[in-house]
Formats: sequence, structure tokens, C-alpha cells
Amino acid sequence: MNQRKWRYLLPVVLIALAALSGCSIDQRLNALDPSGSAGEIQLDLINWSIMLMLGVFAIVITIYIYVLIRYRKRKGIERMPEQVHGNTKLEVIWTVIPIIALIVLAFPTVKYTFDLDEKPQGDDVIKVKVIGYQYWWEFQYPDLGITTAQELVIPVNKKVSLELEGKDVLHSFWVPNLGGKTDVVPGRINHMWLDAKKPGEYQGKCAELCGPGHSLMDFKVYAKEQADFDKWVASMKQPPKQAVSEIDKKGEALYKQNCMGCHAGATPQVPGPELNNFALRETIAGMLPNTEANLKKWIKHTEDLKPGTRMPKINYLQEDELDALTHYLMNRKSKTEK
Amino acid sequence: MGTLIIVTVALLFLTAILTGGYNQRFLDQVKNSVVWDYITTVDHKKIGILYFISGLVFFVIGGIEALLIRIQLVAPGNDFLIGDAYNQVLTMHGTTMIFLAAMPLIFGLMNVVVPLQIGARDVAFPFLNALGYWLFSFGGILLNLSWFFGGAPDAGWTSYTSLALNEFSPGPGVDYYVLGLQITGIGTLMSAVNFAVTIINMRAPGMTFLRMPMFTWTTLVTSALLLFAMPALTVGLLLLMFDRLFGANFFDHAMGGSHVIWQHLFWIFGHPEVYIVIMPAFGIMSEVISTFSKKRLFGYNSMVFAVALIGFLGFMVWVHHMYTVGLGPVSNSVFAIATMTIAVPTGIKVFNWLFTMWGGELDFKTPMLFAVGFIPTFVMGGMTGVMVALPPADFQYQDTYFVVAHFHYTMVGGTVIGLFAGAYYWWPKMFGRKLDERLGKWHFWPFIIGFHLTFFPQHFLGLFGMPRRVFTYNDVPILQTLNIISTIGVIGMTIGTLAFMYNIIQSFRRKADAPADPWNGRTLEWAIPSPPPAYNFKQLPLIRAYDQFWISKQTGKEIEPSEPLGEIHMPSPTYLPFLMSLAMFISGFGFITRGYEMGALGLILFFIVMFIRSYEHDPGYHIQPDELTGVEKEAKA
Repeated sequence: MNQRKWRYLLPVVLIALAALSGCSIDQRLNALDPSGSAGEIQLDLINWSIMLMLGVFAIVITIYIYVLIRYRKRKGIERMPEQVHGNTKLEVIWTVIPIIALIVLAFPTVKYTFDLDEKPQGDDVIKVKVIGYQYWWEFQYPDLGITTAQELVIPVNKKVSLELEGKDVLHSFWVPNLGGKTDVVPGRINHMWLDAKKPGEYQGKCAELCGPGHSLMDFKVYAKEQADFDKWVASMKQPPKQAVSEIDKKGEALYKQNCMGCHAGATPQVPGPELNNFALRETIAGMLPNTEANLKKWIKHTEDLKPGTRMPKINYLQEDELDALTHYLMNRKSKTEK
Repeated sequence: MGTLIIVTVALLFLTAILTGGYNQRFLDQVKNSVVWDYITTVDHKKIGILYFISGLVFFVIGGIEALLIRIQLVAPGNDFLIGDAYNQVLTMHGTTMIFLAAMPLIFGLMNVVVPLQIGARDVAFPFLNALGYWLFSFGGILLNLSWFFGGAPDAGWTSYTSLALNEFSPGPGVDYYVLGLQITGIGTLMSAVNFAVTIINMRAPGMTFLRMPMFTWTTLVTSALLLFAMPALTVGLLLLMFDRLFGANFFDHAMGGSHVIWQHLFWIFGHPEVYIVIMPAFGIMSEVISTFSKKRLFGYNSMVFAVALIGFLGFMVWVHHMYTVGLGPVSNSVFAIATMTIAVPTGIKVFNWLFTMWGGELDFKTPMLFAVGFIPTFVMGGMTGVMVALPPADFQYQDTYFVVAHFHYTMVGGTVIGLFAGAYYWWPKMFGRKLDERLGKWHFWPFIIGFHLTFFPQHFLGLFGMPRRVFTYNDVPILQTLNIISTIGVIGMTIGTLAFMYNIIQSFRRKADAPADPWNGRTLEWAIPSPPPAYNFKQLPLIRAYDQFWISKQTGKEIEPSEPLGEIHMPSPTYLPFLMSLAMFISGFGFITRGYEMGALGLILFFIVMFIRSYEHDPGYHIQPDELTGVEKEAKA
């Protein structure tokens, strides 16, 4: 009677399995297909525990289905079951076997817990300081003297040592493909490490409820080959190139009046994301594709697009002023091109 | 303040006009009404019913909130409910379901059943029992008033600082959370003391600890857990209240406070809390499975041992909610191993249930259907429980939909389904009416199928990068598909719940004709009429074995009385608990609105009523033996 439930469960399981093997999954956001060592360690333990648990589940369900069918009440037959108190031998078995299984599981757990906590040492370790703000991320490379926002660029096959610091509320730094998360706690400095084994773009998310805009606190991680990474570092180190055209000059002036206060760190109590090399960014506010139309939309409707954002709506600019500002920003990058 | 007085006076006038003025007849009418009866009752059965009905009301409210969440998540980029409004709904969904639905539903069953199961005439402290209920009730109302006055709390049911501090949650929302839960919590703590004392001191003669029914055992362990867990929450909420209301800095890192302290306090309470809500479900399972298999509970002693062990270990594992906070590998490993240990006693329980059914005669009445549905769902919740206990793997699961799926498998698949089983099982004892079997099936099947449809895909949502508490997700086909399945499942759960509601309404339309022992039960509560008389047992029974009632039925001998027929001392009804709780409510509302005079006034009122209670001479009343037999005869006729 009750096993009928499993018939309904089956389609769900099948869909899930199809999803697991299928190509419809966003490969940039998938804990089951890691591209970094930390993610591989975690997947290994996930697999281990799933196997073990499925074994336990199979045993329980076999007994369960057998009991439900074999001992169900049949029409017309009235019998009095024997009143058993228990069975010491059986009870010892189902106490001892789980203990052994858990001990087996405990060894890799403890080992991996310590592995993941190790701080990578050496000259080729890239150090990055991650700061979480409501609702954007800042990445500082202290050894390289670079600061970026929303986009973390790392070289492939090199350990990246992250130092996470909170400023306002709790956030949690998570790049599913590269490794699990670590919380960003104001008043604490946390550590974690990552590496990427192949170049590509990986999606990052904030995983700890941090306010109305929590759902949109996304970021990206770009893993580049060493040569490309070096090029990127070089271009980031240069100041933005001078505005030459009329429209860009007008835009630069508007930028200085309206944006620099927060975005260039002039008022530290209202920090905003770094906008140098804005033209090279792939997203606006970590969520919209970086096009001029989207930029206009963002500037005019900040709070409607990302609830709770601290950037006010800049809706007092004339149409031509907005054109100039966005034109300037879309071309704001250093002299050497990407 | 002025407005309040004007409104009160206006209300009094209005009442006077509508009822023909303040006179003796009106007073008599009020005093004889059912409402007055329930407001002043100290009878554990009526208080149990109050708890149960309030729990159902809040369960529906919490369910509607869940429905809103699932509607928003049906498509990426949906703008049905976003930003702060979404956060309010998700916070209230969690808070309501845990504190205002699961807890009172559990307390309702405990209140009705436990004194009957141990052969007692009432709980140890009937006044405290009433006070506990009314405090819970007013706390819950206060919390839900936030929807109408100033906005609901929006920092999650865990209310992590610093998001929950004034700087980042400026409205009164989190104040409602703090004071509403504080008032509810005082009530809960009182009930816990009450149950523990009742079970330890008021068992019928001969009922040793190892002859107590399983549900009573789980109630005892749950009360002990509450006794030690609630103070941690009380302290946490008090500190948060000082931070928010009076500008203290316990949780402000810039002033030397710490956010991690809140998390520790919250989870030292919060982890035992999840055992508090699952443990009674274990008890219900044991009773229901044993009754409907017509077999003695398999391995009773090991069941008791397992419950006690789970309760004890429940306090040793709270850091597994905080693996990603950065407490270091040593602490993470220690708590991981402690957490994994809990799987052992839980496994013992599951196998004992299976072997209780082994060789039995399984009768799939509605309570048994739910009990049988409980086992695989709860086992799945337990399995993912072991998986999230492993810190390295948990770094991926933490704060994602995987965790959402896990705890809904334990809280809905465990607690809620267990409570449904208990509701169908004890409904005849509570109300003297059986719930309909056919509607029961309409409740069970859509609910359990919908439940799996909703929560099974969420495991994968988490692994495919969907954090919890988000109102939108990446526009990728797989996330979209799984979310749609999840939302479709909610329809099943809604149909099931509606069938349950309809079943309840139907049951009240029928005659109250349930027999004393409708299920061929095994424990003492089935030895007395349904619903039981106010004094429960005419003569307290003498217990000589576990499952005494079943044994008596088998041997054909009535349970021996342990005392001669005599007059029974009963506590008298009182409206003081209601007044005290109302005073607390007024005080809480005052502090939330920053009307400190009103807050102080409420507290003064509270202490005045407390003073009255302390110096009031309340001898109770006695039921004479001839009245007892009269009642019995009446019931038989």
C-alpha cells in the first residue's frame, strides 16, 4: 500500500538524475563538477558520505517494504501477534554497525577539515584580501597593489590565499565550482584558500542573509593563464587614460561631481566599488551585463534593480549629461587594452 | 498613551450599548459562556486544546507565508515579492513554524495526553500551565502584529547580528521578534518545568520510570532539554534587546562586542530546539506504531536509552551550524564527530520501529499511515543530517537549499507528519469525536507526495548553486525546472492541509460518540471515557507493568484502583493568568513602540496581578463521590 509513494517519487529522481548527467546545468555554478582542489576535496567527501548513506537507506527501505507487505492486516484473518520485548543480539548489531560506519567516515572528515584549513605558503601564492559590503565585494591584492570590485581574477594552478574581512553585516563567500564557503564576519579575519585547475569564468555568490539585496550579491571569478594574468595585472596598475573627446571630458567632470565621493574612496564611511577600468568589467553591480543601456538603467533605478543598495538613484541628470557620463564610464580603462 | 485610554473608554461604552449595559444578567451570560470557560480554565485537557488550536492557526499562517515564498521562486527574476518584503516573509515563516506552530502543537498533545498516560488528575501546577499558554499566545499575537504596525522582522529566524542591529534593521521589526519571542519563551519555560515536575512526581502508584509510555518519556526528555536550552535564548534575546532598545554594545564589533557570541547563544538554544520539536514526534511514532501493529514496542529499554542519549548529545553539537564562521579545524572536527554520534541512537530508534512492525498485524488507519510515511522521510532527513555534519562537505552545503531540504525533511517529514499522526490518534480522546478515515487519506496522500515533490529537488538546487533566503536565482534551465517542481509540490501539501481542516470541521458537525478505546490502545488514556471527565480518573489506577491497559484487556481483569472512592480536590478556574499575560503583552508592545511609559505600566500591572495571586486564598473545590458515580451513569446513558 505504502510503496505506491515510490512510484510518484521516481519521476523526480529521474529528473534529478537527468540533471546530474545532463548538459543543461550551468557549469559555472555547480558544486558537483569542481574545477579546483578545494572543491575536489569536498566533492570526494560528499561522494563518500552519499555512498555510505545510500547503503544505510537501502537496508532500511528493504526491511520497511518487506514488513509493510508481509505483515499488513488481511481481510477476514484475525491474529494476535506475539508480544516480543526485544532482541539483544539484533539491538547490538544495529548499534555496533553504525558506529563502525561512522568511524570509517570520521577519518577522511577530520583529515580534510585540517587540509582545508592550512594556509598555503610559498612565493607563488597569490594573496587576496576579500571585503564584503552590502551588497558588493572588494578584492585587494596587497602584493600587487591592485584593487578590484565584483571580479576576482586569479592565475590557474596557483593557490590563492584569501583573507576575508567584514565591514557591515555578515556575508559568506562562495564559489561552488572552486570550493565551499567561508563567512565574512565583521570584527574577524577569516582565511580560506582556492585554486582553479582550468581557465574560465566561475560564478560566486553571497550565501549568508545580509539584507534586502542579498540575492543579488553575486560576483565572478576569472581564472586566467599566467601570461594573461600578468597582462591583466599590468593594465590594472596603470591609471585610466585621459579623456580626450568633448563628450568624455564632460562625462569626466560629471563623474567627479557625482560619483567620486563614494567610488574613489573620498568618503570612507560610504565606500563604493572601485571604478578604474570599469570598461573592462563584464557586469554592472555584479548582476547586469555591462552595456551602455544597462548602465543608464542602473544609474537611474539603482534601488529598484538591487533592493537596499546604498547607491542613491541618480535621476536628476539631463539626458545629454547622462549620455556623457555613461560614455565616459564605458571608455574608462587604462591605456593598454585588454 | 492618550489614544489608548480614549480607545479603551470608547470600547467600554460600545460594549455597554450593545449588551444593554453593565448588569447582573450580562455578567452571568459572560460567566457561563464557552469563551469565559476557556479563558479561565486550568484544566490540562482544555489548555491542551487551546494550545493545539492556536498551533493549527499559526501553522496555517506559516503555511501561507511558505506559499508566498514558493510563488516568488517559481521563475527567476520574478518580482512578486522581493527585497525587504521577501525577507520579512521568510523570517516570519521560520519563526512562526518553529515557535508558534510546532511548539504549541506539541504542547497541546503533551498537555492532553501526558497526565492521562501517567494516571494523574492534572499537571503539577495547573495555574502555571494556564499562565504558560497565555504567555505563549500573547507573545505569538505580538509577533504577528508586526505585519500591521511597522513591518515584520526581516533578519531571518536566526536573527544574526549585525543585520539584526538598529543600524541595519532600523524599523521595529526585529523588536517584535525579540520581545514576542521573549514573552513566548517565558511561557515555554514554565510549561517545561510543569511537565518535568508532573512526570517525576505525579505518576500513578506502581508506574516506575521504566513502565512509562514512550510519549511520556519523550515529553520528560523534551522538558529537560527546554529547561536547559531556553535560558540561552532568553539571555541572547535580552542582550539583543539592550542593544536595540537601550543602546548597549554586546553585539557591536566596533565597540568591542562580538557577532559570534550571538550565534553561539542562539545555537546553544537552537540545536536542542530542533530535538525539542522532533523528540515528541518520536514518542508519537512509538505509540502509534505499537498500537496499530498490535505489538509491544520492540526494545523499549533501548528506546528510552536512545531518547535520553539524543537529548544529552543534543547539547554537544551546536557548532555544526557554525562551521563556516571560522572557529578553526579543531573545534570543527570535535563537533563533527559529536554530531555524527547522534546517528547511532537515532538509528536504534528507526530499527526498533521497524521490528515493532515485524510480525505484527499492521492496520493502516490514518494515524498509522502517517507513522509509516514518517519512517522513510525521516530517515532521509537523518541521512542528509550526517552529510551536513561533515565540515569539509558542509562548506558546500551551508546556507544553501541543500540545508533547506535537509531541515524540512526532519521538521516537516518528521515533526509535522508525526504531529498529524498524533492528531488523528488522540483526536477522539481530545474531543470525543473521531476524524474521518476517508478524508484522512485525502490528507495523507497529497501531503506526502507534495512534500517529496517540494523538498527532494531542493537538495539539488543547493548543489547547483542556489543559496537559501534568496528571492531570485540564475536563469539556467536546471534551476528553473527544479524550482517549478518544488512549487508544484506545494499544491499537494495545500490540498492535504485543506482536507485536514475540512475533516476537523466535519468532525464537529457529527455527534460526539467516540468510544473510550477506539484503536484498541495500550496505554492508560484509553481506559477512561472520551473525552475524559474533568477529574480524569475516578480512582487512581495501580500499575503493575508496561502497557498495563493492554495487559488488563488481554487477561480480562480491570485495572486495580490504588485508592478507595473519595472526594477529589480540584483547582478552581482563574482569570489571573490571562490578565498577567495581557499585562506582559501591553508591556512588550510599549517597549516595541518605544512608549516606555506603556512598557512600565504593563510591567507594574503584571506585578500587581502577581501580588494578588500570591496573597489570594484559593482552596479549590471538591467533587463528592456521589457526584462521580452520577457522572459515570450519565455518560453510560
